[in-house]
This record gives sequence, C-alpha cells and structure tokens, in this order.
Amino acid sequence: MSTAIAPPRAGVKEEQPYVDPTKKRYTGRKLLGLVVVWVALWLVVKNRDTLELPFAQTTGLHTWLNDFRDSIEGSGQSNWFMKYVIGGISAALNGIITALQGLLSTAVFPRPVPEIGWLGVMALIGWVTYALAGIRSTILVLVCTFLFGVFGLWQFSIDLLIITFVAVFICVIIGLPLGILMARNQRVSAVVTPVLDLMQTMPSFAYLTPMALFFGIGPACAVAVTLVYAIPPLVRITEHGIKSVSANTIEASRSLGLTSRQLLRQVQLPMARRTIIVGVNQCTMAALSMATIAALVNGPGLGKPVVSALQTLNIGAAFVGGLAIVLMAIMLDRTTTAASERAERRGGHTDVASVGGPGVVKNIVWLERLPRWASEEGYESPPRKHLSNAGRRFAIGLLVVPVLIAVVLSRTYLSLAQFGSFENVPVLSFLSGPKLASVVNTVVRSFVDAVDTFTNGFKEVVTVWFLNPLQALIATSPWWLMALVLLAIAYFLGGWRPTLVTAVCEAVILGTGLWNDAMVTLTMTLVATLLVMIIAVVLGVGMGRSRRVDVIIRPFLDAFQTIPAFVYLVPALALFGPGRFTAIVAALVYAVSIATKLVADGIRGVSPTTVEAARSSGVTPWQMISKVQLPMAREALVLATNQGLLYVLSMVVIGGMVGGGSLGYIVVAGFSQRELFGKGLAAGLAITALGVMLDRIARHAAARYES
Amino acid sequence: MTEPALQVKSLWKIFGPNAEKLIGTPDLQLSRKELQTKSGHVIGVRDVSFDVAPGEVFVVMGLSGSGKSTLVRLITRLIEPTSGEVILDGQDITKLSDPALREIRRNKVSMVFQHFGLLPHRKVIDNIAFGLEVRGEGKDSRRNRAQEMVDLVGLSGYERNFPEQLSGGMQQRVGLARALAADPAVLMFDEPFSALDPLIRRDMQNEVIRLHHEVGKTMVFITHDLQEALKLGDRILIMRDGAVIQIGRPDEVVGAPADEYVRDFVSEVPKSHVLTLRWVMREATGTEAAGSPVLQASTIVRDAARAVLATHGPVRVAEGDRVVGIVDDEDILRVVVAEDAS
Amino acid sequence: MARGTRRLTLACVAAALALGLSACGGGTIQNATAPTGGSGTAAACGDLRIAVNPWTGYVSNAHVIGYVAKTKLGCNVTYSDLKEEVSWQGMASGTIDTVVENWGHNDLIKKYITDGKTVEDAGPTGNDGIIGWYVPPWMAEKYPDILDSANLNKYADLFKTSESGDKGQLLDGDPSYVTNDEALVTNLKLNFKVVVGGSEAALIESFRSAEKNKTPLLAYFYEPQWFFSEMKLARVKLPAYTDGCDADPKTIACDYPPYKLNKLISAKFAASGSPAVGLVKKFQWTNDDQNLVSTYMSRDNMTPDDAAKKWVDANPDKVAAWLK
Repeated sequence: MSTAIAPPRAGVKEEQPYVDPTKKRYTGRKLLGLVVVWVALWLVVKNRDTLELPFAQTTGLHTWLNDFRDSIEGSGQSNWFMKYVIGGISAALNGIITALQGLLSTAVFPRPVPEIGWLGVMALIGWVTYALAGIRSTILVLVCTFLFGVFGLWQFSIDLLIITFVAVFICVIIGLPLGILMARNQRVSAVVTPVLDLMQTMPSFAYLTPMALFFGIGPACAVAVTLVYAIPPLVRITEHGIKSVSANTIEASRSLGLTSRQLLRQVQLPMARRTIIVGVNQCTMAALSMATIAALVNGPGLGKPVVSALQTLNIGAAFVGGLAIVLMAIMLDRTTTAASERAERRGGHTDVASVGGPGVVKNIVWLERLPRWASEEGYESPPRKHLSNAGRRFAIGLLVVPVLIAVVLSRTYLSLAQFGSFENVPVLSFLSGPKLASVVNTVVRSFVDAVDTFTNGFKEVVTVWFLNPLQALIATSPWWLMALVLLAIAYFLGGWRPTLVTAVCEAVILGTGLWNDAMVTLTMTLVATLLVMIIAVVLGVGMGRSRRVDVIIRPFLDAFQTIPAFVYLVPALALFGPGRFTAIVAALVYAVSIATKLVADGIRGVSPTTVEAARSSGVTPWQMISKVQLPMAREALVLATNQGLLYVLSMVVIGGMVGGGSLGYIVVAGFSQRELFGKGLAAGLAITALGVMLDRIARHAAARYES
Repeated sequence: MTEPALQVKSLWKIFGPNAEKLIGTPDLQLSRKELQTKSGHVIGVRDVSFDVAPGEVFVVMGLSGSGKSTLVRLITRLIEPTSGEVILDGQDITKLSDPALREIRRNKVSMVFQHFGLLPHRKVIDNIAFGLEVRGEGKDSRRNRAQEMVDLVGLSGYERNFPEQLSGGMQQRVGLARALAADPAVLMFDEPFSALDPLIRRDMQNEVIRLHHEVGKTMVFITHDLQEALKLGDRILIMRDGAVIQIGRPDEVVGAPADEYVRDFVSEVPKSHVLTLRWVMREATGTEAAGSPVLQASTIVRDAARAVLATHGPVRVAEGDRVVGIVDDEDILRVVVAEDAS
Repeated sequence: MARGTRRLTLACVAAALALGLSACGGGTIQNATAPTGGSGTAAACGDLRIAVNPWTGYVSNAHVIGYVAKTKLGCNVTYSDLKEEVSWQGMASGTIDTVVENWGHNDLIKKYITDGKTVEDAGPTGNDGIIGWYVPPWMAEKYPDILDSANLNKYADLFKTSESGDKGQLLDGDPSYVTNDEALVTNLKLNFKVVVGGSEAALIESFRSAEKNKTPLLAYFYEPQWFFSEMKLARVKLPAYTDGCDADPKTIACDYPPYKLNKLISAKFAASGSPAVGLVKKFQWTNDDQNLVSTYMSRDNMTPDDAAKKWVDANPDKVAAWLK
C-alpha cells in the first residue's frame, strides 16, 4: 500500500457547483450614513407627528377590547363554549389541584392539617426522586424541602410544586406530540413556530387578565398561564431533538425498509430522548417561574409570600421567598438532569443544558455547552459504583416500607404533620424565615444607606447624558421618520426578509395606538442591551478564560436568572429611586446572566489549537482576548446580544413597576384598572411586536455572520 | 449470458424545482455549471446505464461530487430518480409503491454506509438484528441469525457492547453484519472504508474479499480510492460530473483509459500490478518461441515477471489453448521500469 | 425509551399505592382540634373567602376580620391575593365572598351591584379614604406655603429631576389607582410633569429617600396608609372638591373626592346565612386603628395574623360590638 494514490492534481480537479462569491457589504458605513441623515432630519422635524397618547386616553381599539371583555363576561353563563368547555376545563383543573393540595399541603376543613403531613410528603418526594434520579439528587431534594419548612414556607412550597407538576404534566401531554409532529411535517412547523414565538415574546402580564376572564381566578388560571409560557420550550426542543437525529442513521434505517412509524419509535425517539428530557427540564424551569407570577391571579405557591412582602417593602421576607424559589429551581433542575443522565448512561453523553427563559425565539434551539466540570460527570472523576438495575429496583421496592411508615406517622402526630417553628432551635434558628428576613433587612438597609447618594448620582449621570438624548432622538422623531430608520437598519443588517417583518411589526405598533410609548420602551431596551453586553463581555471573558472565576460567578448568574424580579425591586428602588434607569437596572440583573453564560461559552469554545498557536507567537493576554478569543467567539457574541435583548424585553413590564413608564406601565395598569384593560392588552401586543422585530433583525444579522 | 442481478437503464437525477420538465429538453446537453447558472438545476446523475452480473463485484469510482453516492442511493430510491429504470429481480424499482419498495429494502438489497449509521442506544447484536426485527422476525430466530453474522464478521465477544465502545473498523463490521443479516441478493457499499485509517482499511478490504468468497453476493461498491477499486472490482465504472466515463475490467481501465481524465487518474497506478499479459504481449510471428513456456493472457504482469525473466527469449501467451502472442524481458521491463521512472 | 418508561410507571404505581394505603392509615389527628373558641357555631360558619387587595391597609382589615371569624366564629378562612377588579370578578363568579376595603369604583358598582346584582354593599369600614398630593415633612417645614397648589409653580424648579426634564416632577403611583393627575397638571397650568413611579413600593421608597437626604419630592399618595405612622407626610391642597367637579376628566381642576371606604360581599354569600356575614357587615374601625395594625406588619415585620391578634387582644370592646 505504499503507493497510495496521490491526491488529484489540478488538471483532474472536478467542477464544484457554482457559488456566488460573497459581496462586500460595507454595513458599518451604511449605518453610519443612516445615523447622520437621521440626526440631520430630526433637527428639522423633531416633535412633529410623534403620536403621543396621554396615559388616561384610549383609542378605538382599546375601547373595542374593553367591550369585547364585557361581552365575554356578560355571556359567561349563557355561552355554551364558555360554560361547558372552558368552564369544564377550569373546574377539572381546580378539582385536581384542590385535591392534591388537600392531600399534601393544605388543611381541608375541619381537619387541621393536610391528609399527609410534612414527614410523609418528604418521604414520598425523596422516594420518587431516588427512583428517578438516584441518591445524590435525593439528598439534595430532601435538604431543600426541609429548608422550605425551616423558612416557614412549607405550604407555599408544596403548593408551588403541585402547580408546577400539573402544568408540566399537561405540557408533556400536549407538547410532546406537537413537537414530534412539527419535526416530521414542515408545514405544521411553519404554522406553529410563529405562534410559539408570540407565546414567548408576549409579556405574561398582558395575558394574566384575559386568562382570568376565561378561567376565573385561582389554580386553574395559574395553570393556564403557566402552560402558555412553559409549552414553547418543550415543543421547540422536542422538534429540534427529533430533527437533529443524524441523517446517516435515518438513511441507514430507511435502507433497511423501516416504515415511518418504526423510524419514529425505534430510531428517532430513542435517539432524541436525551434532548427531549432537556426539553422537559426547560419546561419545568419555565413553569416554575411562571407559576410564581401566577400568584397575581391567586395561583397557590411561593409567589404569594413574595408579592405580599412587596406591599410592606419587607425586603427580607421577599428574599426568603425568593431563596426558596431558587432552591426549588436548583432541586428540580438537578433532578431532571440527573434523571436524563441516568437514562443515557450507556448511550452516549452530551454536555449540554439548554438555554431557557423567556423569548428563546430561535428556530434552532441553542444548547449551552457546559464546561466539563459543571456537568455531572465532571465531579465524578473516579467511576463510582452503581447498583445494578435489579439491585436498584430491589432497593426502591424495599424503601416503600419506611416511606409508608413515615406517611402513617405524619397522619398520626401533629408535630410530624405540621412544620413547627425553628426560631428556638439552635443553629437552624438563623435559617428560620423571620430571623433570616430581619438579618437581610438590616444588611440591605445599611448597605443602601451607605451608598444611595452615590448610586443616585450615577443614575442621574446615565439618565441625563445617555438615556435622555437617545430617547429624544428616537421618541421625538416623527413616526414616519423613525419607521423608515428602523426599516433601513433592518435592511442593512439583515436584508429584505427582516425588513418585511419590521414593516409588519411597525404596522402592528401603529395599530395599537401606542407608537410613542413603544419608542420610549425601545430606547430603554437598546440602552439596557448595550449595558448588558458590556457587563457580559467583561464577566464572560473572565469566566471563559478561568475556571476559578467561572466557579465563583456561575451560581450567582443561575440565582439571578431564577429569582423572581419582585424580590430585588425594592432594593433597586432604594438604591436608584423610581425612574427609567431603575427599570433598566432590573432588566440588567435578569438579562446579564444569560448573555454572560453565552459569551463565556463562546470564549471557551475557541479551539485550543488556535489559542496554542497564538500563544506560541507570543501574544499578551490582552491581545489574546481582543485579537483571538473575542473575534473567534463572534457568533456567540451575536447570539448573546440577541438573547440579552429578548430577556431585557421580557422585563419591560417589571420595569414599569419601578418607574420605567411607557409600555410596561400601561400593561401593569391594564392589569389593575378596568378602564385600561384594552389599552394594557394593546401595550402587550406592542411589546410583542417590538420583540419579534428586534429578534428577527438580530437573527438575520447573525445568520449573515455565520455564513 | 445469465440474467443480470441488477440493471440500470439511462438513469437521471436532476436536483431542482422543475427537474421532471427538463428531461428530454436540449438543456440537458449543457454542462453542470451552465445548467445551474441558466435554470438553477444541478445534475446529479446523467444518463447512467450498466448491468451487474450475479456474484460480480461492481465498483463505482469517482471523486467527491461526481455523483457516485447519489447513484447508489437512486438504486434503492433513498433518493428519488428523475427518470430511468432500475431493474432488480425482474422488477422496475422506480415504479414500485412504497410498501413494495420497503419489501425490496428489507429482503433484496442491503447497504453499508460510510458513517455506519448504527443506533447508539442498541447493543451490537441488536443493531445487527435490527433489519430482521423491522421485517417482523421472531426474537429467537433473529438473535440466532445475528449471532451467526457476529461470528462471520469476527466480532464474537463484542455482542453486548454499545457501538460507541467499539473502534471505527469494528463499528463498520457491525454495519457489514447488519447488511448481511437480511441475506440480500445485492449488497451495496457507500464508501464504507473511507472514514477508517489505512491499515484498518486494508483489513476491511480483505474482509470484503473473504466474505465475497464465502457468501458470493452481488456487490455494488462505491469508492473514491482507485487502489480500492482495482483491488476489489471485477469491473469498474468511472464517473465524472454525474456521467459515465468508462466501464471496464481493472486492466482495461489502466491499459486503455477512455480519455485524458481517466489517463491522468490512473497514471500513477503501478501498472505491473494491474495489467495482464494481454496488454504487453506482441503478436506471435510464428515459430520463434516454439517450445518456450506458455502463460495465460489474463496473468498479471507482476506475477508473470519471474517466469519471463528466467526464460531466455520470449514466452508464449495463450488464451485457453490457443497461443495469441509472445512477451519477452523487454516487454515486461517496459512496464515495471516505466513505473519506477515516473 | 422502554426502560425509562417502565421506571416511571413503577414510580407512579408505587406512589399511588403509598397514597392509597395512607388513606387507610390513620386519621388519628383529631378533626376536633381544628377550631377553638366558638364551640357549636363551627359547622354553621363554613368557609369565608376574603379577597386581599394589594395594599397594606387592606391586609389589616382582611386579617383582623379573618382572625375574628376564625377564632370567634370557627370559620375556615382563606385569603386570596387579588387586584381590585379581579376581586369583583371573583365575587360575581362566587369564588370570593367579600372585599373588605373598597375605594369607590363607580363603574364596577354599576356593573356588579346595580346591574348584575351579584355583589352587595356591606356598609362602611369607618375609614376615610383621602387621595392627594403629598410632600415629605422636611419640605412642609421649610417651605410652609408649598402646601397650597397655587404656590407649586414657584417651587417647580426644586422638583426637577432627570426624569421630568425642565419641569418639576410629580411622582404618580401604583397603577391600580385611578388618577386625574395629568389633567390636573394641565388644567391648573402647573409647570410640572407626571412621572410614573409604577408601584406603592416606588412611592414609599421615594419618600424615605427624600426625607433622609432632604431632597424635594411631590407625589401622589393616599390615606389610610401604614406609612403615615412612619412619616407624617404633608398634603398639598388642591382646589376644593365639589360634587360633579370631576365629571369630565378633560376639564377636571379640583381635588380628589373624599372616599367613605366600604365593604362588599357577594350576593351568594350574603344569602348563605353564615354568621360571618354579620361580622363583615358590622366591622368598623378608625384610620388610626388600621394604621396601627399595618405598622405592626410593615415596621415590626409581624405576620398579618400575629398583628391582627395583637390588636384584637388589645381592643376587646370593639370586637365585641362586631359580633353582636
């Protein structure tokens, strides 16, 4: 074999299919030119046609929506659809949840405690976890649930678990078949995908009241709003998982003569299982965060203590509630991940966790590559002994006995049924709700008192020098000028397709009658995204380059991604006072996490060979970052910007509660004031349109970079 | 001549939105590039016809992009042909309904893929039995059959492993065993060894030769490696830009290249390893070599060299009993030395 | 797939089994341990589902009523955290029994009480609701004449912020409250701009910060409110309210009307004959009472039930009057 054929020489070279060479686009110069023209025009025509609408005024659309609401309320009892279909569904949901609550969390009169007390519930939870995910997860789960009790939030926590599980269960029943169908049928996918986009971009506040209209307030409504928010990630990831089964395998299977049903059942589903479980994980996380917000429509769960703590500005109590939610998120996340790893122990392993959260408005699902040490395997370096399958089944069966005993005991003794107070127990007393809350209050208050002059000054500077001029430019430009500018930007960055989408979205915003408010919101969104990216690049580069930095920062990012925004609103208000900047800060806290993780991921993804080659040519660390790592992580940076943007948008409504005004405040007000129902709904629609527009522009710009 | 195991008649594949309408138009005379610029269509396979005899190893050879992988997929309609016929077992495959086509795939034709296409969640033995399982064979019978195949391809002891625990070569043995398990009439190989490293590749080629001796299947073998083609093929089809350039035995391809493209291609092949005496002999002028040894015309030059060089004067070359020519030292050396010089 | 499914099924079956068994397990915890106090009335009272609107004064009303209902009448009290409008909806659909502090809402009154007849007025709470513009104490002291809206323009420059630009800032409130402030600023020709704070928390934090750092602040606020026991805000007088002066929102130029806060009960609940109906109807107390309970919660971080208990224990006479 020493005479292997030499590679074909030039003369023999085959003709490749003809490809257009890429043209140079000069995007930067075009944008600069655009801005110059824009500012020049603005100086001439500013403050004309800005379409400002005073807060208390409404348009025809808004009153029409109000009337529509009234007619639904009016026909609620007589319309068969409302009475039997919607009414039936909500009665069934309420029934199931109330029954579960009576069983596990809530005393049903006249019994003073739930059917199964805390000991029994913990035993059951631990046992199910052990069966599904193994001993490590079980320990974690037991510690977390015990802490819920210590915090004094036992009932709220179990309620939240119940709502989350019922919602996830329904999600799986609906979402899994839908995802499979979408993966196998292009047309279904084309129809459903934009709907999922809308579901994820629409601010949840905007559909809380309409949902309450249909389902009434309470558990059924909580589950319904949670579904809207939690189904999309599951459907998307399922579709992605099935579609990404290797084409080689599919082809090989087809050549064996499989029917398409056999292909699905024996090849695609088993091979996509790991990804689908990631989808369930994401669905669970989304459900958890939404079930918290559902407290506003009387959804049971941990959202309640957090929301009521907000009324008395009790930062500490809100923090304890938030902490419990974070713990629950960690516990559910680790358990589903461990369950999926166990499921896949033999059949290959992927170090991925999906990037979840609101507005993962991507056709492609982006899977976050975890650094090795952050995945389960990372800290299991020496192979641990696992029980054999039969052994495990035996152990699970055997454990039924103590679980049953615990259940019976918890039905017998009040102290095992009702979580006592830990205020007088040594050590644990520091973790008991009221004590922990008062410590946090003291700490936060003294911190705020120490720095609030400085932070307020900082706010003034950013607002006066940065936010106000930009807002003047964007919001006092006539609407037609601004519309043209946005179209031009979309065209320069992404070509004619996002331009078309932008045109449609602009039409929608005009239709809502809230153009000026939308432009104010757009300004804040842009400023916030810029700040997010600055912080994300600094942190992300640090994390991508150093494992130690990653270990320190990552837990905080995870926490800020999970903790409900209500928890940090009061400290943010104390530090910065109400205003647009505070709204931006609230958005920052939430959006920086995801952007930072994606940047770190991109930096880490730069090929080690390239890094080595650069180092061997003697670059300084700064040159390494600026000339090698950041340029090569360009794709990740674009993606991080896109995601950062959508996360910022999802906080617009929360921002409205701390002085952000504009669309966010209108949504909040629409939720609270009857006369503003229609206007609030319209504002929600406008936010959605803004989100779709910005996302499409960013996505097409990113696609250009990638090609 | 016996009925061919597989017949391909003027098969076309054109990629693009209106491919069917192009068939029969003069546009098809255009080159690939011209057609793509003109109508956005790309020709994958252009008017290909050939027969494969039962038991023959038929190699389709070409560089990447030449359409050879498309061709092999057209045969079992993993890609739908634009026009033409594929006759297998007396049926025109291009006209079969979906269920009938599935029957063909399950029973008549098996395929081995470049990237194996194994199922990572199934053990080796279950991967091999997979084809039998989907055609509804009982568990025992398919397990037994799969076990036979495991032994046949030399994987005994690895039945319970998962594919990812095996090396590339071993994974491809699994692929091979899976294809053989269905006991098909025709085996198709789509560059099965190009992902493997050279030593393993040689082992696997020998394995295919061995299996061919043992099971005697008709094989269609796709490769971009000329050495591999020459080594395995009874006949070789050379493709370029979707069209057939030449079909012939290995020595025909090397000895009489159809055009410059093929000539350039085979220029570095050690000719003495491929050419037979037929390609180097001179006409027998009469009696000059009477009494010298007789070699068959189909003897490869390299194998004949020792005998010729050991003989003083020319050696007679015969087809069967009839002497058709003579070779002497010079004829042999011309082939061998020319090689060293290049 | 098969393996995972089987494990899941196993887990589910066993969980169901455990739950089933538990049902036969005991019941040793005596149901009778539940309500204390009112012995025979327990069964008669049944459920009392109180809507809890999102401000602290309301929470005080709700939990004092709830605490009395639970301990004295043996009712099973549940609280639902709801915005106002949603609470009305709840009463109409029968998922909520009562709202215990209602601020006006003429449109809802018409819809549910006058037209729908699904909700009934349950009498005043005894609290006077005041809505208006307030400044922190230090300002009232330093600029006494600021307490008249006629003088506000003189001080407009003081109130400039980065949010309001070259005008003075008037900070508005929780989106739940209807305000006329935009119209008032225009019609009173004030050189001010309405800036939305967005929540009650935003207003309170602003007042705290203004008083601490002696920065100027003019904001929309309301009484009764627990925050008044922390800080005595000073109210800025607007042109006096006269009947009907707020009829046209476009030309409005007068102060907010004084509210007589009242309670509401759902018609269904009113007809149920529960002793809690009487309690809700007779409940009355003063602004100071309410502020006191609110302060227990907000300043002393007591739970609503503890705060209610403390007040109830200290005011047995008032409570007794509600139960007559």
